Amino acid sequence: MTADPAGLPPVAEGLFTWQDGLPHLIGSRCRTCGTPSFPQQTSCPRCSGEDVEVTLLPREGSLWSWTVQRFAPKSPPYASAETEFRPFAVGYVALDGGIAVESRLTGAAGPDGYQIGMPMRLVIEPFPRSDGTTVAAYAFAPLAAGPGPAGTQVRV
Amino acid sequence: MSERGVAVAGIGIHPFGRHEGQSGLDLAVTAARVALADAGLRWGEMDFAVGGSDAAGKPDTMVARLGLTGVPFTNVINGCATGGAALRTARDAIMSGAHDIGLVVGFDKHPRGAFDPRPQDWGLGAWYGDLGLMLTTQYFGVKIQRYMHEHGLSATSLARVAAKAFRNGERNPAAWRRKPLTEAEILASPLVADPLTQYMFCSPSAGAVALVLCRADLATRFGAPPVYLRAVSMRSRRFGSFEVFSPSLPTDRGPSPTQEASRAAYEESGLGPGDFDLVQVQDTESGAELMHLAECGLCEHGEQEQLMETGATEIGGRLPVNTDGGCIASGEPIGASGLRQVYETVLQLRGRAGERQVTGARTGFTHVYGAPGISACAVLSR
Repeated sequence: MTADPAGLPPVAEGLFTWQDGLPHLIGSRCRTCGTPSFPQQTSCPRCSGEDVEVTLLPREGSLWSWTVQRFAPKSPPYASAETEFRPFAVGYVALDGGIAVESRLTGAAGPDGYQIGMPMRLVIEPFPRSDGTTVAAYAFAPLAAGPGPAGTQVRV
Repeated sequence: MSERGVAVAGIGIHPFGRHEGQSGLDLAVTAARVALADAGLRWGEMDFAVGGSDAAGKPDTMVARLGLTGVPFTNVINGCATGGAALRTARDAIMSGAHDIGLVVGFDKHPRGAFDPRPQDWGLGAWYGDLGLMLTTQYFGVKIQRYMHEHGLSATSLARVAAKAFRNGERNPAAWRRKPLTEAEILASPLVADPLTQYMFCSPSAGAVALVLCRADLATRFGAPPVYLRAVSMRSRRFGSFEVFSPSLPTDRGPSPTQEASRAAYEESGLGPGDFDLVQVQDTESGAELMHLAECGLCEHGEQEQLMETGATEIGGRLPVNTDGGCIASGEPIGASGLRQVYETVLQLRGRAGERQVTGARTGFTHVYGAPGISACAVLSR
């Protein structure tokens, strides 16, 4: 497990990590029935089993569905430093292994530049917070927009 | 149906809307008094009470206003399904034999704008809200987007649902938004969560509903024509259902709580989708009405456009849906909505729904859905 290459603290511990320079979401997997969960949890939502292990989720998948957050969410809980709200896309990306992950979407030409079925890849982005700090947050971007294999780009 | 049954002996509503200068509890006390008067009963004759509110305080504090009778008063809170959960709790109190007659009340009062729940209250980390994911509107946008992809529904269908809601709301004095809007106006209103626009969504509002429930064999003693509660069911989510506030979901789909709760209500009542003269389903936004109709088995997936084109879901159609304007025209006071549906059904089955009366209605069905994946359904008959 390595730190964020940009040196930013994560928005929360235990959500994602870096392995060989590539970001991965951290999930858990039930040792009894194999069901994955994200974020990681200490029991299985399918079989109630408590024998679970931490697992890194696949980095790529396809867009299952999406929408656009068109109005500024109330703050709190929204913690963005943005003074002028810009709509952003949110969706679920279906990963191998039977799980789809909810995420902000990034990297398309505009907030409505997404399509169901699009190949997507995990990226880590800086998220400036209203308290003046900047944290690292996860998002998924279209593979076609991808900047290369490392996925370590920092978007501004 | 088991031998012991439950009937609705009285109904009361405080009109939905924005009510400056009145608390949610004020509205609830009004609704409770109206329901008691409707049944011809006094508060002191209640064996028990159940109250539900998400954001307007503790329901049982209304004993200070209604009278300190020592009555057992249970508070219920289950997101947007709170009213349904309160109804089930009250129904079960009578079915169990513990009580003969009681009051169930649901109310709420919310600030303007979208709901702003705290992630920590929903078993989620603070990061979920920090990143801007703690919004129910996103869930509805994502769900209908996928549904339209799978079943080929158009944005016009979404507008049509909202237009119907406002038309029905115009005929309902207790509704909040009573001005009809055209499909074009609804489509042209600002996007909230693609493909859903502002007028396709309900808005948080204030309101209250109360019902007096009693043992079925006592029902004819009261003033109003009795309406029987033939079933009340409630389910939380199973693995594989897609629910609001989910950081992930399984790609293997499972039945939704709506599917399971509706089937349980059909089984308990012995009535099914073909038997209802009117139905109320949760319409947090237009897409929810369309999806819930199919999840409840009231139509096939993808059949909704045809239903609307033939006018089936209108008052006067084969299956009138959300005859009081639903959440879209009434607004959403979370704790009250589930009981509003039952209020509307009772009014219709009594034949006292005025301008929006469904001629000869004898049976009705109600469905609520709430976070984090709860549904409650009821079947009523004359």
